Amino acid sequence: MPVSKEMLDNVALSQAEYRLIVDKLGREPSEVELGMFGSLWSEHCGYKHSKALLKQLPSKSKRVLVKPGEENAGVIDIGDGLVIIMKIESHNHPSAIEPYQGAATGVGGIVRDIFTMGARPIALMNSLRFGPLTDAHNKYLFGGVVGGIAGYGNCLGIPDIGGEIFFADCYSANPLVNALCLGIAEAKHLVRARAYGEGNLLMLVGADTGRDGLHGASGLASRTFEDERELRSTVQVGNPFLEKLLIEACLELAQTDWIAGMQDLGAAGLTSSAVELASRGSGGIEIDVLKIPRREKGMTPYEVMLSESQERMLVVVKKGYEGKVKTLFDRWELRSDIIGFVTGDGLARIKEGGKIVAEVPVNVLSSSPVYRKRVKKPEWLNKLQSFDVNSIPDLPRRKVKTVLLRLLASPNVASKRCVYRQYDHQVGNNTVVFPGSDAAVLRIKGTKKAISLTTDGNGRYCYVNPYLGGVIAVSEAARNLVCSGAQPLAVTDCLNFGNPEKDDVYYQLKECVAGIARACRELKIPVISGNVSLYNETKGEAIYPTPVVGMVGLIDDVTRHCASGFKNEGDLVFLLGEGKTVDSSIGSSEYLDLIHGMIKGNPYIDFEMEKRMQRCCLEAISRELINSAHDCSEGGLAVALAESCLANGLGFVSSEWDMEGRLDAALFGEAQSRIVVSIAPKSSWKLQKMADRYQIAATKLGVVGGKRFILKGCTDLSLKEIGDAWYGLEKLL
Amino acid sequence: MKFGIIIFPGTWSDRDCYYSLNDILKQKVSYIWHKETDLSEYDCVVLPGGFSYGDYLRPGAIARFSPIMTPLERFASQGKLVIGICNGFQILCESGLLPGVLLRNVHLEYRCQWTYLKVENSSTAFTSRCQNGQALKIPISHYEGRYYADDATLAELEADKRVIFRYSTPTGQVTASANPNGSLRNIAGIINKRGNVLGMMPHPERSCEPLLGSVDGNKIWESIIAGI
Repeated sequence: MPVSKEMLDNVALSQAEYRLIVDKLGREPSEVELGMFGSLWSEHCGYKHSKALLKQLPSKSKRVLVKPGEENAGVIDIGDGLVIIMKIESHNHPSAIEPYQGAATGVGGIVRDIFTMGARPIALMNSLRFGPLTDAHNKYLFGGVVGGIAGYGNCLGIPDIGGEIFFADCYSANPLVNALCLGIAEAKHLVRARAYGEGNLLMLVGADTGRDGLHGASGLASRTFEDERELRSTVQVGNPFLEKLLIEACLELAQTDWIAGMQDLGAAGLTSSAVELASRGSGGIEIDVLKIPRREKGMTPYEVMLSESQERMLVVVKKGYEGKVKTLFDRWELRSDIIGFVTGDGLARIKEGGKIVAEVPVNVLSSSPVYRKRVKKPEWLNKLQSFDVNSIPDLPRRKVKTVLLRLLASPNVASKRCVYRQYDHQVGNNTVVFPGSDAAVLRIKGTKKAISLTTDGNGRYCYVNPYLGGVIAVSEAARNLVCSGAQPLAVTDCLNFGNPEKDDVYYQLKECVAGIARACRELKIPVISGNVSLYNETKGEAIYPTPVVGMVGLIDDVTRHCASGFKNEGDLVFLLGEGKTVDSSIGSSEYLDLIHGMIKGNPYIDFEMEKRMQRCCLEAISRELINSAHDCSEGGLAVALAESCLANGLGFVSSEWDMEGRLDAALFGEAQSRIVVSIAPKSSWKLQKMADRYQIAATKLGVVGGKRFILKGCTDLSLKEIGDAWYGLEKLL
Repeated sequence: MKFGIIIFPGTWSDRDCYYSLNDILKQKVSYIWHKETDLSEYDCVVLPGGFSYGDYLRPGAIARFSPIMTPLERFASQGKLVIGICNGFQILCESGLLPGVLLRNVHLEYRCQWTYLKVENSSTAFTSRCQNGQALKIPISHYEGRYYADDATLAELEADKRVIFRYSTPTGQVTASANPNGSLRNIAGIINKRGNVLGMMPHPERSCEPLLGSVDGNKIWESIIAGI
C-alpha cells in the first residue's frame, strides 16, 4: 500500500517507523494493520520515549505478587489471603476538549483496569491540575471535570476519597485529570489478562461498538494539538450504568472457573486489548469484525478495530463454557458475542467474514521502538535554581496575619471540601478518615487492618528542579501515609509531561524519573503500575513536569490510625523533623509565588532526615503516643497548624518559641521532612526520647485549646477568620 | 424476623445494608433480585440506595416497572414493613407508595456529607427506639433529594405526623442552614398513611459503627426489629 504523509500523521507514525514496519513484515502493511501499529506503537500504549527511563523504577518487594507490565496492574499481598491492586491513569487531553465526558470516561477506564483482574474496586482518587479559576474557560473546565468525576463515579458505588488539586497558569490549556482506582480481591480469584489455550473463545461484552474515540491513543494521547475543536469527536461518551453492570457481572464471573482471562477495552480499543491478551498469553488471536455488534452502519474494519467506545470487556472463555458465561451476562442484561478465538500461530489475524484484513505477528505489534535521548541540563534551569533568598526582604511580624489569610485562601492551599463533598466518599462502609486529611483511610472488612491512600506531585518543584521534585513527590506521599499511621507499601505513578521529542522536556522526564526511582528505592516502596501522559503542550507551551505519585499503605490495627486534626484541649503541639529554620526553603514555595510573584529557587529536602523522621512518626502513632499528625506542605508550618485547628474546631496558642533565621521561611517556608503532631502533656517526654533515638528534632510549638489561632508576637486570629479564608474556594466557583 | 434487600440493576447500597443488618445487628437477611415475585418469607423489605437503571429518565422512573414492584405493593398492603433509602425513596415516590417527589438539589450539586435528622414522631414502627426531638447523625449522598409535594399533601403529612425526620442542627434545631438540599420544610423522611412504609434520603446503613463516625442509623433498624 503506498503511504502518504497524511496517512502517517493520522496514526502518528514517523517515516522511519513506517520503514521499520515494512522491514519487519517484509511487505507494506494494509490500512487496518497500519492503524493497529499506529495505536500500539503510540506513546500511550507503547511507551516508546519513556520505556528506557521507567526501567530505573524499583518494582519488587516481598509483598509484590505480580510486577507491572505482566498484568493490567501490579498486585500487592496484604495478608489474610487478600491482595490489593492499584493503578493511576491520565485522561488529560480528552478532558481538555470535553471536560465532563473526558473526566467521566477517565474514571470508567481506570475502574475497568481493576475489576478486569477480578478485584472489587473499593476506592477512587483524583489528582487534578487547572489554570487559575479567575479565567472563565478554566472555571468551565474545572466544573466539567468535577461534575464528570461525580456523575460517573457516584453511579458506580465506589467511594471517591479525594486526591489533590493544584492551579497554575501552565495548566490553562492543558488541564491534568489523573484518576486512581484501588481494588481488593482474594488472591485465589485473581483473573489474568492472558489469552491462554488454543481454541478458547474471545467474547466481547458490554456496549456496542461505534465510531467514538477513533485515534484516541495515537491522536489525542500521543501528540500535541493546535486546534482542539477538530478533535472533539475523538472524546468518548460514558455510560456509568453499563459500567456498574459490567463490574457486578465480571466479578461474579471471576469467582467461576469458566474463563481463562479477561481484559478491558481502553485506549486503542479492541486492537490493544486483543493484542495485549495475546502477547501475555501463549499464542495468537483471530477476530471476525462482522461478529462485533455495531452502533452505526457502514463501519469499516479499521474503525471497528480502533474504536474506543466505552464500557466494553474482552473475555477469554474456556471452550465449552460459553453457554454458562452468556447466561450470566444475560442475567445482568448485558450483550455478549463470540467474536473470535485463541490460536497457536502467534499471529493477530483480523477477518471481515472470509476476507483477511490484517495478519501481523503479535510480537512485532507489541514491540514498539524504544527511543533514548542524550540531553544536557538546559541553561534556563540554572537560572531558575540560582535564587538568592536575600534578594527579597523578610516578612515583618505585623504582616503575618494578612499573609497567612492570603495563603489559606489561595486555591492551592484552601480546603477542597466544596469538591469532595460532590463525591460519594462513604459508600462501602469502609471510610474511616475522610478526604481532607493527609491521607484517606479505609478499613478492610473481616480483618483488623486498614489501608491508607494518597496522591502527591508538586509540579512547581519539578519545574524548578525535576530531580528533587521527583524525590519530594515520593517522600511527601509516604509522609502523608505515615501521618495516618500507615506503613507505605506501593506506588502507582502518572507521569504528565510535555513533548518528549524536545530536549528540555526529555531532560525533565529523565531527571524526574531518576528522583522518583531514588526515593522509592531508599524508602523501599516498589512501583507497581502507572501511566505516562506526554505531549501535554499547546502552541509550544508545555505544562510543568508533573509526576503524580499515588501511594498505598497498610495499617495493621485500624484502631491505631491517625488524622490531621487536633483532638484534645490541652494537648501539646510539637514539630517533628527539621528543627532549624532553613532560609532557602521559601524556594519554589506557594508563599514566594503568591506574595512575591516568583517561581524560582530549589525546594528543600534533607532526604536522610526524611527517612528517620518518617520512622519516628510511624512508631509514635503505632504506640498510640500522639493524637494527631499533619505534614507541612504547601504554605508551610503556619498553614499546617491552622489546618490542624480547623479540622475539629480547636484553637492553638504558640509558645514564645524563638525562631532563628528568617520569619517568612520559618512560617511559610516549605522545607520537607516536618510533621506537626499533638500529644498529651504527660507523654511528651516519651516523644522527646523517641526523637532523640531517631536523631531528629522534636520542637515544642505550643498548646491546643480555645477558639483562636495565636502565634505570639505575630498574629491572633479567630478560628472563624481563618476558616472563612480556608473554606473560601467555593466562592470562586 | 427476616429482612430482604432488593437489588435493581444499578443499586449499590445493597451491600452496606446487608453489612449493617447482618454483620452489625446479627439479623437474618437475603438479597432479592428485582425479577423475583415472592416476598412471603420476609418481614421487612429494604429498597436500598444507588442509581437503579442509571437514574436515566428520572431516578426510580424505570425501576418502578420492575417485576418485584407488584409483589412489593401487595406486601405493603398487608401492613408489612418497607423502607426505601435514597434511590429506594425515589422509587417509592415514583410508584405511588409514598406521596411527593424528589427533585434535584437546590444548588444543583451532588452532596455527600453528614446530616442531622430531628426525630419528629417516635411512635412509628421505624422510630420507636428514638426520642422525639432527638437528632440522629446520618449522612446523605444524593443529587436528587429535594423533597417536594403540593400544599395539600404537605398539610396532610403534617397533620398525620407522617414527616418523621427533618434535617436539623446537631442539637435538633430545624433551620434553613441545616437543610442540605432545599427540601420543603426540611423533610428528610416520611411514612405512608398506614405507617408501614418509610422513605428517607439519608443512609442509616452508613451510621452503623463508631469507627465510621456514627451508630445512629442502627436506631432505625433496632426500632423495626423491636416491633416485629
